[in-house]
Amino acid sequence: MLKKLAALAIAASLGGIAHADELQAIKAKGVLVVGVKADYPPFGYLNPNGQIVGIEPSLAANVAQRLGVKLQLVPVVGANRLQFLEQGKIDLLIATMSDTPEREKVVDIVHPDYYASGYNLMVAKTVDVKSWSELKGVPVCAIQASFYNKEVEQKYGAELVAFTGVAEALTALRQGRCDAFLYDDTAIEGKLSDPQWADYDMPLQTQDAKPWGLAVKQGEPAFAAFMSDTIKDWDKTGYIQTLEQQYHVRPSAFAAQMHKQFAGS
Amino acid sequence: MIGAIAAWFSHLNDTTGINFTIFYDPFDASRFLQGFWLTLALSGVTILGSVAVGVIGAWGQGSPFMSLRAIVRVYVELFRNTPPLVQIYFFYFGLSALLPAGHNAFGMRQPLIGGFAWACVSLILFAGSFNVEIFRSGIEAIPVATTEAAESLGYTRLQTYRYIVLPLALRICLPALTNNLVNLVKTTTLAYAIAVPEMLYVSNQIWSESENVPEMMVVLFVIYIALVGVLVAAMHSWERALRVPGLGR
Repeated sequence: MLKKLAALAIAASLGGIAHADELQAIKAKGVLVVGVKADYPPFGYLNPNGQIVGIEPSLAANVAQRLGVKLQLVPVVGANRLQFLEQGKIDLLIATMSDTPEREKVVDIVHPDYYASGYNLMVAKTVDVKSWSELKGVPVCAIQASFYNKEVEQKYGAELVAFTGVAEALTALRQGRCDAFLYDDTAIEGKLSDPQWADYDMPLQTQDAKPWGLAVKQGEPAFAAFMSDTIKDWDKTGYIQTLEQQYHVRPSAFAAQMHKQFAGS
Repeated sequence: MIGAIAAWFSHLNDTTGINFTIFYDPFDASRFLQGFWLTLALSGVTILGSVAVGVIGAWGQGSPFMSLRAIVRVYVELFRNTPPLVQIYFFYFGLSALLPAGHNAFGMRQPLIGGFAWACVSLILFAGSFNVEIFRSGIEAIPVATTEAAESLGYTRLQTYRYIVLPLALRICLPALTNNLVNLVKTTTLAYAIAVPEMLYVSNQIWSESENVPEMMVVLFVIYIALVGVLVAAMHSWERALRVPGLGR
């Protein structure tokens, strides 16, 4: 009997959560909790005061401002971000997450996608490369098992020197074992913001850009629609490009294209 | 024939999902073959080099000069007591940074010694340190009376080593030497850490792209078993060919 009652109570409370509109709930409690990266400069990192700052925390602050509520940032990592959202530990997830069909099954990825990341090259400023086709026969450091290694070898004829970790590859780049380092463009941005790598640059266009999506819990159409409108407004006003400028990130082709698409509407 | 094999493996992938890309994808096939040749080259160079180091080191160990004995002693302790992966990293990233370097077309620093050469150097020194001790075990098994007999016939120390001690010692220590060389062939896989595209390195690239880890593992196992099998067979037949009736009995 007790068990039955407990089951009923749980069912009722679950139903209650499902039917409550999260958008209203956030406004009612006055706080928006957003999961962001804290280890991915300049998209989300800790400043010397220990606060999480970066492009994605700025986006989160913008959302909170639109809702007229306070912002609370929760650091997440790739392995726990979806679970945090599912369990309601966070209301919104903006954490360098690629938009994939598998993730779409678990959470509601809001469209349009807000950013995109692909592969690019980190090279010394003294090296003058203007196009990917100049890589033929050039030794390029890389990370073993990166999915784009084969493409760069086959398409551009680069001679990959692949290491097990980023530290080894960067040491090899520094020691002249290769003329460039092949890696995710957004991660290269992070390295370039480090004064240690001030003599290096990312002069080429990012290739094979995969879109990043921000996500809300499934079954929250009102909140998802609000976020979708927010992203469109960011694209329309060029807010993402402003943030790229503010955080010294090279202007991405994706943000420029989205701005062009929505600026007219 | 080759076309038929490729078609069969391609068909195997389509029907069962068992994906041996190296048998039907020309790009994977060519780099795997290059990896195989590089493993053979690494093994060959390091086997010859480490045996040479062992022969010379063992001779130095018996030298009347204390300083030479001390150098061999330090070398053996240093390279026998440290992990080979650490040694490879030390040479490639550590020592190499201190050596003079040239400049490439972009005017950037370019080390003169590449990954393959460093892998050979470090593997030769690693296996060589064991070989020194292996040859010593053979040398110490030679009765003093034998060397004394050589001495009384007017042989110098080097001549005694070259014509009497080493040939006999080699026969005694061959089984231990075979062991160490088998280990050396397997240790060449560590060269993947400094981006020498040997067999494990290319397999790693292939399986991370085609997600066929079990298939590539099977291929690696089979090829290494075959490689080591050939080496062991060669060493055994050498052992039989060198057999001196009565020695060591």
